[in-house]
Amino acid sequence: MRRQLRAVQIEEKLDELLGAVLSSRRTASGLARKLSGLEKEQQEFALHWAGVISRSNSEMAYQFVDHVCDGFRLMDVDDVTKWIIEAMDVYDRQGLYPGSASLREVETYAAKLSQKRHSVPFEDVVGILNKYVKGVSGRDLDIQSDAQAWTDTETIYLPTSFKWFDSEQLNFQLYKATGTFLLAQTRYGTFRVDPNTGVPFVCVAIAQYRDPTRALRIFESVEHMRLLSLMQAELPGLVRQMGELSASADSSLEIDGLSELLEPIRRPDSDVMDSIRILNELYHRNINVPASACYQGIVDLEKIRHVTRKRVDREKEKFRSDLTMLAESLAGPDENNEGEQGKVSVTFAVDEDDAGESEMMLMLDGQPVVLPEDMAQTANSIIQDFGEIPQEYLVPAGDGQYRKDLQADEEPPEEKKNKTEGMFYYDEWDFRRRHYRKNWCELRELDIHPSNEQVVEAILNKYSHLVRDIRKSFEALRGDNKMLRRQTHGDDIDIDAIVESYPDIHEGNEMTDRLFIKSGRLERNLAVVFMVDLSGSTKGWINDAERESLVLLSEALQTLGDRYAIYGFSGMTRKRCELYRIKTFEESYDSTVKARIAGIKPQDYTRMGVIIRHLTRKLIEVDARTRVLITISDGKPDDYDGYRGEYGIEDTRQALMEAKHAGIHPYCITIDSQAHDYLPHMYGHVNYTVVSDVRGLPLKVSDIYRKLTT
Amino acid sequence: MYRIESEDYSIRVEPYYAPQGSEIELFLSAHRNGIPVLLKGPTGCGKTRFMEYMAWKLNLPLVTVACHDDLTASDLVGRYLIVGGETQWVDGPLARAVRVGGICYLDEIVEARKDTTVVIHPLADNRRALPVEKTGELLHAPDSFNLTISYNPGYQSVLKDLKQSTRQRFLSLEFDYPENELEQSILMHEAKVDRETASTLVRFGVMTRNLKGSGLEEGASTRLLVHAAKLIVFGIAPLDACNASITQTLTDDPEILTAIREMASSLF
Repeated sequence: MRRQLRAVQIEEKLDELLGAVLSSRRTASGLARKLSGLEKEQQEFALHWAGVISRSNSEMAYQFVDHVCDGFRLMDVDDVTKWIIEAMDVYDRQGLYPGSASLREVETYAAKLSQKRHSVPFEDVVGILNKYVKGVSGRDLDIQSDAQAWTDTETIYLPTSFKWFDSEQLNFQLYKATGTFLLAQTRYGTFRVDPNTGVPFVCVAIAQYRDPTRALRIFESVEHMRLLSLMQAELPGLVRQMGELSASADSSLEIDGLSELLEPIRRPDSDVMDSIRILNELYHRNINVPASACYQGIVDLEKIRHVTRKRVDREKEKFRSDLTMLAESLAGPDENNEGEQGKVSVTFAVDEDDAGESEMMLMLDGQPVVLPEDMAQTANSIIQDFGEIPQEYLVPAGDGQYRKDLQADEEPPEEKKNKTEGMFYYDEWDFRRRHYRKNWCELRELDIHPSNEQVVEAILNKYSHLVRDIRKSFEALRGDNKMLRRQTHGDDIDIDAIVESYPDIHEGNEMTDRLFIKSGRLERNLAVVFMVDLSGSTKGWINDAERESLVLLSEALQTLGDRYAIYGFSGMTRKRCELYRIKTFEESYDSTVKARIAGIKPQDYTRMGVIIRHLTRKLIEVDARTRVLITISDGKPDDYDGYRGEYGIEDTRQALMEAKHAGIHPYCITIDSQAHDYLPHMYGHVNYTVVSDVRGLPLKVSDIYRKLTT
Repeated sequence: MYRIESEDYSIRVEPYYAPQGSEIELFLSAHRNGIPVLLKGPTGCGKTRFMEYMAWKLNLPLVTVACHDDLTASDLVGRYLIVGGETQWVDGPLARAVRVGGICYLDEIVEARKDTTVVIHPLADNRRALPVEKTGELLHAPDSFNLTISYNPGYQSVLKDLKQSTRQRFLSLEFDYPENELEQSILMHEAKVDRETASTLVRFGVMTRNLKGSGLEEGASTRLLVHAAKLIVFGIAPLDACNASITQTLTDDPEILTAIREMASSLF
């Protein structure tokens, strides 16, 4: 074993290296003594670097040797090297003084490094948390990053990173605990709204105190206990983890008669009013408010008041306007009863049946009406805020927005008919009239402006490893084997054939030579059209992701040999529905097509019905046993002239039903996280996929296609 | 030579089955009236168990065929074999069930080749007969015979869709995962697990089912929950049991795996 260097030996070397900055008052002996305490390898490391640094600057080298022992005490060799490199970098850029300062501040550096190492950034966990929250709550709550952790009951905001603990695992657990706690706030009604004022109860309650900050802190602490006790029943594991996370902080209230006082919030049916009452009790007592737990986040009453206000107004308007439309549609499609608004008497009731399932019922002029799904959702959200539907909501108001929009340009479309070559006319379904509007949409097929096909090459390079995987998995698909019986040669004997030929043998006739089983390739008799959303909202990320998806998909389909076409769609108003040819069935995947894929750009709006009808017609013309229409989209159908909300969804649904009747299988891939609200209605429960992360789209599309067609 | 006797198909001990609705009555009247039955529902929600229970209740032999993509019509109806230089006809499972007047259950019918659905057509309407092409026989089904097929509408493949001409011959019974209370008592009965663990497992199941369509093709089935419960009763730590029998079974995607694992750790 090699022995450490002794101080004398080190001093000799240091004298040699640092000679220029040593003097009679500043000798190497002190440094040498420090270094003599290090391991042999560390000593060599230090001397090696002292030599390297001294070639740039002797003073830097001196400072380095002076602090390297601290460095080794705090960090491992790799981090010490990082520390040196960074300090030399500072020296190179900013000069000697800052350079040597960063060598001296080795402790700060080490602390920063260890924090950075264990911190968990938001981007790393958001995907997991999204799924986690969806699973736990069954709802699609939006999760965003913000400086602080808080929620406005619509979105959960989490910090951009957590570095509270010095372990990644614990910091991740903190994210989970914080997210779930904020979820519990929305779920158990911490911010329930006073139906009379439209303001959350807690905002009003806190504002009454002379010291609202103190009041809010007490409230947070009481509400925290209430939520924990509710969560204990549902998620005991998490509550235990939360206890472990906040073990160091003292978050317990200590006062006389506490358990009696807190009794109401320990009940399973407690609500925020209980917490507010307890706050009132506690506020006037002389108590120490405990520090909040690390996962608690903050309660920002101003923002919550603001967001709630906006939502309440929006939902009120929407609910009343929906009510108008509902009343109109019941009165008959052709009757114009706009003048009679307000005369309709409306009552609302929630029926709870034996199974505990509740159903919402609306009585319009004594007529029971089942709420349309869209409206039921609004009603649900209103009930979550208020605990009921307030009376004033039950007055129809507004002018049924679609009606107005639609009538704005109601000129007979026949005028323009046949004016332009290459124009297609399609009917559109008006769900309120329960009839088609004849030749309502004008559709043109356009060529996409080709761009540089290099873009495609770049995408292929970017995903080169993926492309290989995709090709492989699709090749496996193509080789899907099918047993061919009665072959003249093959891998196995066809017993059936032999048995059948037995009589021939007995009778001395010539036996057939078709006695083998061969595995052959399954004929994939499939034609597929991809319709890609090029609406304005796809700008940026989404458009890039769509382009990448198309490239990977084309690679895959090329391997597979399925017939396919790709069209982009967009448009503005029913007079200008546009279909962009990217690849037709006849074209092959060549440089022209690649240049077109490279050239896809976000355009205007998404009027889906007419596009589906047009592509249905195209698909029917193709001779294939199975025909598939796959939509890649980022949101609901939406166009400028009132083609939105229920109208757009119903027309799209109708168009899809027409396609199904024609024997086409429609399927939708979307990145809209709200899609669960309307896609099942349009495409059916199993005919869509939501890709939660845009970046995952290119990979997913091929994957979905593979699953879909096997 | 080896032959399966119809007694081998009979179910002697009462299988445990907790009804979700009126499916037992519906099945009994379908059987009485000679109507074939289609069971719809996700995997592992009790379709096969239901069939065993009905066979026991009706005291009929149950012939179950798990369909696969190479299952041909002759696999169902029967074929000639060579025995000692002579050809000899051997009934397939369907023909056997018709002859003895039992229940034939074709599990996951869409997996089978298309020609198999055609041979069941004459059995599934008022003819109630199975033509055996190769022997020139026409087997008439006795009154006690029942044909049941199952189908999982959750599959997304466009190639695995049940044709209208087939499905419109059947009485359809829809199965889904049982209500929470019922599922809990099923776990308690099947795995002898305590009430609290059962209730937590059921909630875990519901959470995974919430992820259907957002990364999971299917949520955890009742069968998987029973597996987990059995492991727990056997002494495996709940988190390990859930991970092995549910989480890892559902997906390979690392992100969803983590999310589901975290759900489990929140619950236990």
